[in-house]
Order: sequence, then C-alpha cells, then structure tokens
Amino acid sequence: MKKDPKDQLSNYEYQFIGKPVPRHDAWDKVFGRTKYADDFDMPGMLFGKVLRSSYPAAKILSIDTSGAEKMPGVAAVLTAKDVPNNETVTRFGQTHQVGGFEGLYRVLADKKVRFMGEAVALVAAETEEIAEEALARIKVEYEQLPGVFDPLEAMNPDAYQVGEGDSNIICNYQVRKGDVKEGFSRSHVVVENTYRVPFVEHAFLEPESGIAWIDDSEIITIRVSTQVIEHFRDVADVLGIPHNKVRVIAPMVGGGFGSKEDITVETFLALLTWKTGKPVKMTWTREGSIISSSKRHPYVMKYKTGATRDGKLMAMEAQLISDAGAHVYLSPWVLLYSTVDATGPYDIPNVKVDSYTVLTNNTFTSANRGFGAPQVCFAYESQMDELARRLSLSPLEIRKRNYLRKGDALATGRVLEYGVETEKTAIKALEALGEPSMPSSPTEKIGQGLASGMMSYGRMTFLHDTSRSYVGIELDGSVTVRCGVQDIGGGQASSLASIAAEILGVPMEEIKVFIGDTALTPIAGTTTATRMLYMSGNATLKAATEVKKSLLPKAAEMLEASPEDLVFRDKKVFVRGAPARAIPLADVVKACAADGVQLYNVAQFNAPFRELIDFKTGQGQVFPDFTFGSHAVEVAVDTETGKVRVLKLVACYDVGQAINPLSAEGQIEGGALYGLGYALTEEVILDKGITLTPSFSEYLVPTSVDAPHVKTIMLESRDGAGPFGAKGIGEPSCNSIAPAVANAVANAIGARILDLPLTPEKILRSLQKL
Amino acid sequence: MNKRKVTFTVNGERHELVVEPNELLLNVLREKLGLTGTKYACGKGQCGACTVLVNGESFLSCLTLAVAVDGAEIRTIEGVAEPDGTLDPIQEAFLDSSAIQCGFCTPGMVLMGRELLNRNPRATEEEIREQIKGNLCRCTGYFSIVRAIKSCCEK
Ligand code: FES
Ligand code: FES
Repeated sequence: MKKDPKDQLSNYEYQFIGKPVPRHDAWDKVFGRTKYADDFDMPGMLFGKVLRSSYPAAKILSIDTSGAEKMPGVAAVLTAKDVPNNETVTRFGQTHQVGGFEGLYRVLADKKVRFMGEAVALVAAETEEIAEEALARIKVEYEQLPGVFDPLEAMNPDAYQVGEGDSNIICNYQVRKGDVKEGFSRSHVVVENTYRVPFVEHAFLEPESGIAWIDDSEIITIRVSTQVIEHFRDVADVLGIPHNKVRVIAPMVGGGFGSKEDITVETFLALLTWKTGKPVKMTWTREGSIISSSKRHPYVMKYKTGATRDGKLMAMEAQLISDAGAHVYLSPWVLLYSTVDATGPYDIPNVKVDSYTVLTNNTFTSANRGFGAPQVCFAYESQMDELARRLSLSPLEIRKRNYLRKGDALATGRVLEYGVETEKTAIKALEALGEPSMPSSPTEKIGQGLASGMMSYGRMTFLHDTSRSYVGIELDGSVTVRCGVQDIGGGQASSLASIAAEILGVPMEEIKVFIGDTALTPIAGTTTATRMLYMSGNATLKAATEVKKSLLPKAAEMLEASPEDLVFRDKKVFVRGAPARAIPLADVVKACAADGVQLYNVAQFNAPFRELIDFKTGQGQVFPDFTFGSHAVEVAVDTETGKVRVLKLVACYDVGQAINPLSAEGQIEGGALYGLGYALTEEVILDKGITLTPSFSEYLVPTSVDAPHVKTIMLESRDGAGPFGAKGIGEPSCNSIAPAVANAVANAIGARILDLPLTPEKILRSLQKL
Repeated sequence: MNKRKVTFTVNGERHELVVEPNELLLNVLREKLGLTGTKYACGKGQCGACTVLVNGESFLSCLTLAVAVDGAEIRTIEGVAEPDGTLDPIQEAFLDSSAIQCGFCTPGMVLMGRELLNRNPRATEEEIREQIKGNLCRCTGYFSIVRAIKSCCEK
C-alpha cells in the first residue's frame, strides 16, 4: 500500500531526518579506533591459509598433505574429504525457497577445479609463515583440461563442460510484450549494435578477513567482514550441525560493494576452528582477493531499437549473455535484474528480451554494485543517443518523448506506483552541466553526454523479504536499537539512529545502535540490493513508533493533556503550542516502568510478497520500487593520445527523502566515481582463465587526480517505499555514468565505442589512428 | 636471521623492541603494539592504507622495515588527536565534510592531510589531490576528502 509520508509525522519539519549531521560511526573511524575484522585477536589463535588451484580447468588426480601435516606448528590440513558437507546450495539469507535460484556451493574443490584461484585445501598453523610454508608442501597432482573461456563458445552443446551437468547454460529468461516485428516495421529508424562490458573487481580497501572461535557453550562464533550474517545457516549446513550452534558477528566492514555478499572466509574459518578447537584468523592478501573473489559479470549485449520519425520508441529487442564464470552463485539473480532493466526507464510498446547466463572457467561472477543494472544501462543509453543522432533530435528530447512516468507499466507489466522523476533529473543534470568548455589544445575535442537510468531497491519480491528491529527506551531516556544490519560504510547503522531519534525526540548521541550479531540482534537480512534503509529503516520506524505509543498515555496523564497534543523533542515531552508545559522524557519512562508498561518493541517489516514471475514472458512484479536518476558529463578527448579527461560531472537523483543528506550525497559522489572507473579504466583481464591484473598496479581504480568536479543534485519527491518516503541510493548511484561518458566521447569524436572501458587504444582505433 | 633491537617513539611513547631484520613496520605497529588503526590493504605500496608519519613525513608502513625507523618519531592515526581526546582540526574537518564512509582509508587520508598542512597550510585543491593520489578510497569518490582537507587550509 502506498504511504503518505504525512501520515507519519504531522509536517515536514523534522528534527533529524533530512538534516546534514556527521554519522554516528564517524567518530571512532576518525580516531582509528574502529575494530574491523582483522583488528581483533584471540589468545592462542592460529592462522588460516588457503591453497588455491594452479589451473583454471583440471582434474585433481591426488592430493598429498603428509608433508604439510608433519611440519611443527601445523595444526590442521583439510581437503574436500574432511568437510562434512562439502556441497550445499547457496541461499543468501533467503528464507523463502524458490526454484531456479540456487547454485552449488562447494567449499573445497573435489576431483575437478573450475577456475584458477579455487580453494583446494586449508591450513591452520601457529604463524602465518608456517602456514605459508605448509601450503607449499601440499602436493596436488593435476591433469590439465581444455576449459572454456568464452561464454558464447560455452553455449555450444559440444563445448567443454565446466561443471558436472550437461550444459553450461545456467538459465534463460524472456520478456515478451507486444510484437517486435510489427514495432520495427512501423519504425522510421532502427539501430542495431552489440555491446561488450568487462569483468570488474570490487576493490574494497579491506580484504576479506575474519576470526572464528568456539565459545564456552560450544557455539562456533565467527567475526567476519560480511554483508550477510545470515550465512550462519550455510556454515552450519556445511558442518552438519544445528543452525543455532553457529553465531556470526559483523563488525564495521571496510567496503563490500557486493563481493562480501557471497561466503568468503567464514566456512574456512569454521572448519579450521572446529577441527583444531582453537581460534583461527584468516585475512586474504590483495592478490588472493582479486584472483579468487567474485567479479562483476561481463556481458555481450545485442540491442536492436526502433523509433518513429518523431522519436517515439516502437520496439526493442535485446539478447543478453553474461559470463557467470566457474560457479553459479548469484548469476541467475543478476541476470534477472538485467532482464527487467533491459528497456531502461522508457515506455516501449513492443519488447523482446532473451537472456542467458553461462558457466566458463573464468573467475566466478556475482553481485557487484548495480547488480546487472549498469551493464544494460550502458547498452540502452548508447542506443538512445544513436537513435537521437539518426533522427537529428537532442539526447534530452528523445528521452523526454519516451520516459516512463508514475502509473505507467514496465515491459514486465509492473505498474510504477511510486515517484518517477527521471525527466526532471535529466533536465536538472543538463542545466547544471552548462555550456561546453573550450578545448585546451588543438588536438583536444570536447563532448557532452547524458544518460538516465533506473535501478531497483529492495530484494526481488518473490523472495518475500523481511527485516526486524528492536527499539527500547532506557530509564534515563537513552535509546537502544538492536538490528542485525551489516554496516558496509554507507551509513546503514547511523540512518537507524536518525529514525529512532526523530520519532522519540532523543538526540543522536543518546541512541546506541547494536548491529550485525546473529545471537543478539534481530535478523534484519542482507546489506545488499540497496535494501537496508528501505527494510530495516521501516522496521525501526515501526518499532520506535510503537514505543512512543506505549509512553503516550502516561505522559498525557502527567501533563494533563490529550495524547494527540504531545510532542517528543530534546528528551522532553511537551504540549504542542505550550513548550513550557514539559516534563523530562526520563520521568515519563520511569513512571511507565513503575506501571509495568512495555518499554521496547521488536517490529518486523515485510516487503510486498509476490509470486515468482513467469520466466517465459517476464510478466509479473520483480521489485518493490526503483530509483531514477541521470548523469551528465563533459569530457575532453585528446585525439593524439586517445586519453579522456572528464571535465565536469553532474549526478541528479530522486532520493525520495534523504534521511541524512550528507550520507546520501556521499553515496551519489562515491557511486559516480565507481561508475567512472567502469567507464574508463577498470577491467579484470583474464587470459584463458589466468588473471593478468592481480594488483592495484594493473587493475586501475580511479585516484584523487582522476576525479573530476562532481555536482550532486538531490531531488526529494518524498514518494518512495522507504521510511519517510525515502528511496534507496547506494547502488543506483553508479548506474548511468558509463553510458553518459560513452555518449560524451561519441559527441566529442563523432564515433561510437561499443566496448567498456573506453581506453585510449579503443579511442585511437575508432579514430583510425591505430 | 639475527634479531635486532630498535628504539623509536610512537605517538610520543618510547618503545624498545626486538625485531626480525625483515619485519615490517606495519606488522610491528599492528601486532606488537596493538595499534590497529594502521591498515593493511595491499601490502605493495599501491593503496596508502598503511600510511604513518615518520619524523613528520608520510611513509608506507607496509614497505618500511622496522629496523629502518630506529630512532625515529612515528605518528599513527591513534596519535593525531590530543591525548585528552581533543580532535585535531583535520579530524574535525573529516567529520564535518562527511569524508568518512567505510573508514578504511581514513587513517591514511587523515595523516596525508596532516602532513600536507604542516608543510603547506595554503595548499590548493590541485596540491591536495596530488598529495593523496597514492591513497585509494573506493567509497567517497575523494570529493568529500578533498573538501575536508581544503577546509583546513588558510585562505
Ligand atoms: S597496504 Fe601499504 S600501500 Fe597498501
Ligand atoms: S571511506 Fe571506504 S575506502 Fe575510503
């Protein structure tokens, strides 16, 4: 049901919501006091290390661990045969079972390795040096297999089989709306292109890390850098023990961007601590992280888009093929996002989308900020500019004629029931970009580009997502929030403090938020899918409102006023319009406690629950809502060197309601640079399954000197599904940068590049200078 | 290998330690002194997360041997604020400009900012960007970090 934010508070004069305040977690961070995963030790702990496969595709003929086991200081050496349940299915905190979305989770390679970097054996030893040496003494005999590294090749029925099944194709989705043949026949122009996007590394600064121990009540406890504490279930399944015997604690996370959504170190740690009875710590090296963790999916995208003479889109046909790498993980989900988002924020009468995700012997791919949305955004927004060019329309004009509006339906039939302000974001972004700059040298060409995008927030509705939050008020009027969120740096915990502060009228400093502990905090779901504010924000809002409700009768009695007239503010309760008639909140709480009034509430928020969509037509609801926005950029392209400089960058998003504008702005700025790396420099290069970019000197993350001026414009429609009408911004913020840059480059040099990243080499080639 | 004795001060406190000749300053700080504010993120001098100040100058502690800083004065993120907890202006600025998201780059960024301000209190935006170009931040896009350092510069 659609909420009117006015129902929640009488007016928009919020005390904390929408106010730019430093996040409550920032103080510890600026003092260097925050204890991330690797900053925490246990007495007598061992160090864990992983032996990784030496080939991307090979049979394991034998493993001899005796040399390692004999070493003094080595406490355990484990291979697949030592893992109670080496094969389970991946579920990602999903409690609602849905067919077709589960992949094999294999803890250690058994019989066959599927990618270079796959874990083959584990060691725990007294020092890191001994553990390292022990790895070197494990003898694995391999027989190399041919492997397959190109997803298109892998689709052939007679291709090398990556897994044990009889096809490398994991799944296929279709969207069918209208009749594309008919749509193209009524089109005046039809643009057809094939786009390619690369593997991308998340490159969070904090490498995968954690420590596990067995506590005095025999609970396996894992303190780990993760986006999903609910992997405790998967860990328990691997060990074959009850779920309630595994506890996962998530400290502050030094960046996740999707890669810490999959299991990283937690099963390895649990196995080693379970085997040795001692605490075990494991932190991956940067190289280990890059070669073995998930990547963003590369896609090959064939797009055919047709429009009438006056720029009205008539038909779109797309074929999407994504490289899932060696294991399924989240590939089917990512593909479904791409499939639903394939049309972009446009109203198109005839649509046909066919999408596939395919196993190869490359590093596995899974969630990465944007989750399948940025790939298709690059394609559909490049198509829009090509259509505009052919029709001599401005990029803004053609978009304006096709943007979806509130109340319109997507190609999947889903009607957009919350705010859709895409057009406004595009107009504002372009306005702020201003007139083109002058070139600074004769070989330089200036270009401007626009791109709009849409991306969902909240998980897919057939997963039946839920979150819970506890809000309690103490006798001194301070407030405790307990919510099982993982804070990966986006202000996930702090926004809950803002919400509780707003409802209960207690300053932020007096709100303590306990997060991420499966034993102590109510389960709140994953910090993924830009769902945390939407889900846990709503749960916290609900719980805080209940607590306030339970205090009201007593306060009314004490103030001799009616409950509707009471205002909670500055740790006081007063009568509206008569601030002198006030009593300290603590007095109300104490009086309530004496009367036995319940001073806490645990609330659950449920997203809309929908049925699984029809995979053959794509019809149905997949997401609760979307965030819409636009990027406008100006580039200078040096036609001699092919180098692109981004001179100006404007990001404009409708965030619904910024809970903390500083945090929301931070997401938009950070997302912009994340997307800029995708556009210009970032690419994990794999040569027949071997990573050629295993460090930050080959894998080029944007630095401070690559970052242009960015202007952020936040619109607040107050028409989102989140608390106070908020929409999610974490992932959508990086969506449309790459196509905006590509459109600007095309505008500058008069040639379109269809592959990311837009390297100098590709630019020179398109200028026929190579 | 022959262990060596080294003496240095960290955040004003004198330490006498016995270290391996190949032991890295990063590990000595984190493991022997429990100063975990200094971060490991690449171990190869490519990210700046492990930055400390040695005699006022920025050093990558993942590339610095402990024996090489014998006799030096070292400052880590834990020693930027006053001992009574009063924030350094650069820390205040990071808070006010919301230059902290996941916070993993923050120690290195704060120290780079501090070093620059000591040397050049009138730094321009370009000089600031140049100063922190070896320090990666994946979250903020650098804009807020540059704003924070800039706000500490004299006009
Ligand atoms: S950890 Fe020292 S530069 Fe990256
Ligand atoms: S704040 Fe996360 S890396 Fe800078």
